[in-house]
Amino acid sequence: MSTDPSPILTQASPQSVVNNFSITVGTENGSGSQTSNLTLLRAFFKMGIPVSGKNLFPSNIQGLPTWYTIRLSKDGYIARSDTTEIVIAMNAKTFARDLALVEPGGVFFYDDDIKQPIQRKDITVYPMPVKQISVASDAPSNLRSYVANMVYVGVLAQIIQIDVDKICQALEFHFKGKQKPIDLNFNVVKSAMEWAAENLKKSDPFSVAPMDATSEFIMSSGNTAGALGSIYGGIQFAAWYPITPASSLAESLNQYLPKLRKDPKTNKNTFAVVQAEDELAAIGMAIGAGWGGLRSLTSTSGPGISLMSEYAGLAYFAEVPIVVWNVQRMGPSTGLPTRTSQGDINLTYYLGHGDTKHVVLLPGSVNECFEFGWKAFDLAETFQTPVFVLSDLDLGMNQWMTPPFAYPDKPIERGKVLWEEDLDKLEDWGRYLDLDGDGIPYRTVPGNRHQRSGYFTRGTGHDDYANYSEEPDQWVNNMDRLNQKFELARTAVPDAELFPNDGAKIGVIAFGSVDPAVKEAQDLLLSEEIAVDYLRLRALPITAKVREFVRAHERVYVVEMNRDGQMHQILTIEIPDCAMSLISLPQNDGLPLTATWIENAILNKERN
Amino acid sequence: MAATLSPKVNLVDLSKADYRGATTTLCQGCGHNSITSQIISACYDLSITPEDIVKFSGIGCSSKAPTYFLSRAFGFNGVHGRMPSLATGALFADTSLTGIGMSGDGDSASIGMGQFKHVMRRNLPLVYIIANNGVYGLTKGQFSATAEEGLNLKGQGQNQYMPIDIVWEAVISHATFVARSFAGDPKQVRELLKAALSHRGIAVLDIISPCVTFNNQDDSHHSYAWGRDHEVALHDLSYVPVAEEIMVDYDDGEAKEVTMHDGSRIMLRKVDKDYDPTDRANILCMLEDANRRQELLTGLIYIDTEQESLFDMYNLPDEALNRLTPDRIRPSRESIDEINALMF
Ligand SMILES: Cc1ncc(C[n+]2csc(CCOP(=O)(O)OP(=O)(O)O)c2C)c(N)n1
Ligand code: SF4
Ligand SMILES: [Mg+2]
Repeated sequence: MSTDPSPILTQASPQSVVNNFSITVGTENGSGSQTSNLTLLRAFFKMGIPVSGKNLFPSNIQGLPTWYTIRLSKDGYIARSDTTEIVIAMNAKTFARDLALVEPGGVFFYDDDIKQPIQRKDITVYPMPVKQISVASDAPSNLRSYVANMVYVGVLAQIIQIDVDKICQALEFHFKGKQKPIDLNFNVVKSAMEWAAENLKKSDPFSVAPMDATSEFIMSSGNTAGALGSIYGGIQFAAWYPITPASSLAESLNQYLPKLRKDPKTNKNTFAVVQAEDELAAIGMAIGAGWGGLRSLTSTSGPGISLMSEYAGLAYFAEVPIVVWNVQRMGPSTGLPTRTSQGDINLTYYLGHGDTKHVVLLPGSVNECFEFGWKAFDLAETFQTPVFVLSDLDLGMNQWMTPPFAYPDKPIERGKVLWEEDLDKLEDWGRYLDLDGDGIPYRTVPGNRHQRSGYFTRGTGHDDYANYSEEPDQWVNNMDRLNQKFELARTAVPDAELFPNDGAKIGVIAFGSVDPAVKEAQDLLLSEEIAVDYLRLRALPITAKVREFVRAHERVYVVEMNRDGQMHQILTIEIPDCAMSLISLPQNDGLPLTATWIENAILNKERN
Repeated sequence: MAATLSPKVNLVDLSKADYRGATTTLCQGCGHNSITSQIISACYDLSITPEDIVKFSGIGCSSKAPTYFLSRAFGFNGVHGRMPSLATGALFADTSLTGIGMSGDGDSASIGMGQFKHVMRRNLPLVYIIANNGVYGLTKGQFSATAEEGLNLKGQGQNQYMPIDIVWEAVISHATFVARSFAGDPKQVRELLKAALSHRGIAVLDIISPCVTFNNQDDSHHSYAWGRDHEVALHDLSYVPVAEEIMVDYDDGEAKEVTMHDGSRIMLRKVDKDYDPTDRANILCMLEDANRRQELLTGLIYIDTEQESLFDMYNLPDEALNRLTPDRIRPSRESIDEINALMF
């Protein structure tokens, strides 16, 4: 599928590899390498090269090994790659392991302070005098370990020919234009480049060259995008409790709300954000606010979702609109809190005791985190129910190239809310009275001063007028009406997206952050002469399109990042007549899924 | 009485019946019923429009009570121990509303202790009533965390643990209005409620509210008999609304006056010795002494009318957040380009 973008080759050699390789940097957590890694990522992006970066970090503040992988792909593949052609080793503790990572023919850069044997003959090896260069920089001694990481940026830049201006741009962005740190870091990059120019002889085939494949994109994270989307969705209230990998969503609300949501006339806030004492309180506050008529959100990860379970069930039953973001991490228990997973599908879909099920949105890109950020409120208020957005650590915390955020193309939809003048016109109103026959009743909110506006919200059985009731029929009717709403929501959630391949008889269903890996796997499989149609789920409950897709294929592989094939379970329950043609392909090791894993998993099944 | 007389109404033209709720399903004689009556009376006396009140509760017999008063007001019966968070979120929607939270000793001092403490430090404007009976009424008489050490209950044996003192907990968590009362002292309950309804901040009322079914034996510290015999009122308290004159003449030094945020006043007439409810440091010693003497100390224990309320910290608009029109909560179309430019 690739058409070479004809980069300007500076080192024409038959084997030269341009804009098509992966880099892994091994450092120590807390050593400040994040600035260097993001600088590289952003420089490549500004050179116009499709790129992705993934932080594979430990649950630790300082000291444990951490890796950052960057993939450059002239063909636009941004999933994590299984192989790494260039390795930069800055951590003595993982030196041997990092050395073994390098693909044959690849490159190994290392901090020359690390005195460990290098026996591989199939790779190019470049030592870097990290200490020497960072000491020579005018960095104050307390910042020296931070700038030490800039040494590898400079050496790499020289060897693979990264555009220095782009590095500068990346640093300017990172330090928000503050000249002192920009200069400090940039000087180290420059001296490292000079040192490399004088002392290293290029003997490897890898280089980068400008392209024009990223100008239509921005770079952001899913959590930033989710927060911004919520702000454009008119969020008025958020309550949260810190947890990796969800914290930066609420922190982004705190960052952008004051910019975007101060009343221009009065300079007053049209929002409130509360850091709660725990997730029990966070969702309680969010439900109070949603019930009170505010567009209300809470954001958390698996452990928090577990704590929110009881209140989520009440919100479903009492028909309170709220939006809950679950930025998934690896469980059960504390699990691997800094690793990614899609292990909360069942938990979230059915959160609560008794008969509960929820509308769940499944963003597949950073841009879609923005889109679902605002759409979630419209759905929650339209259907008067909690709406969950299931993101994950990879999507939420990593920087991705993504199309620019698009202004909402629909007006804010606040659903059936009655104010004083509406009640004047309505003779018979009951909070749970289905006046329209669509299962969605009309609600009033506190502050409505009409004499008939007030009602009592409860978790106990109730009649159409919200009065306490233990009547069996009333219970059943009410639960049926909730189900009717759910079925209606099925027709209103974002529909699945089809990526077809000519003549495909088999299909793949996936969702969320695995999307780029599945698309790449489609191409890989095609080169093996296996055409696969891919359907990307964007929400639960599944839509008619999903059923049709499954029915139209001989076999459908369900690819997801958990052990038990949770989405596969849901699909077999919802499409029982096709249960035998749905094949589960789960994988859950904490790392973002790769195309080759998917390719091999499908090849294994297809060729057996 | 002549049949032509219309029912008595208050300043907003409402009769007491307009403040009632559904018929109670609590046991006859339950202290919670008498608190309910005093809430009705206080709101009636203060001429509060029922729609200006929002009711919240957790789970328990006490938490059922909001159904039995002010049926015209909005109410939300949440989950066990989590009333404070619900009230926090809801009251942000329209800060001109007055919140009444009804909870029990189980609801607030056990499962809900975390939320109880945290809503204090946020100073949420809320009248937070704990109908304290020393037991779990609704689950049929188990010990609660406020039960005194050594209490014997049928089927439960003897309580081994030390009790939690709600007033004490409230004070050390920076509550700005803390009172204790006794359901058997309706006048004091009512006057304290009126004062609490005028307080801008969290107002905690720990009301000993006997459970006649499971914990009303004479020697139980949460019984009617014990309350009657051991109540020591710190002062004779009366609430004076904004528009009213103080009718009684107090001798010099006989009464202390506290002016509330809205201009209303609380008159605290000395009963026995001087008591200054603004002196936080003194409270713990006083409570400790009273405990040793086996006294049920009641009255306004602490008040701070200066502390900012939660809503003062949020730079909120004058109008209710839940009345903002869509154009005021969605940023302009032009702003999206700026936002995209802020990304890399
Ligand atoms: C999560 C949860 N755990 C347990 C219960 C059962 N439960 C209902 S009421 C109650 C205790 C109520 O005690 P209290 O708050 O003192 O109210 P009272 O009935 O004494 O007025 C318990 C444990 C529940 N409803 N929810
Ligand atoms: S069981 Fe106790 S607390 Fe519950 S209603 Fe009866 S008397 Fe009141
Ligand atoms: Mg109790």
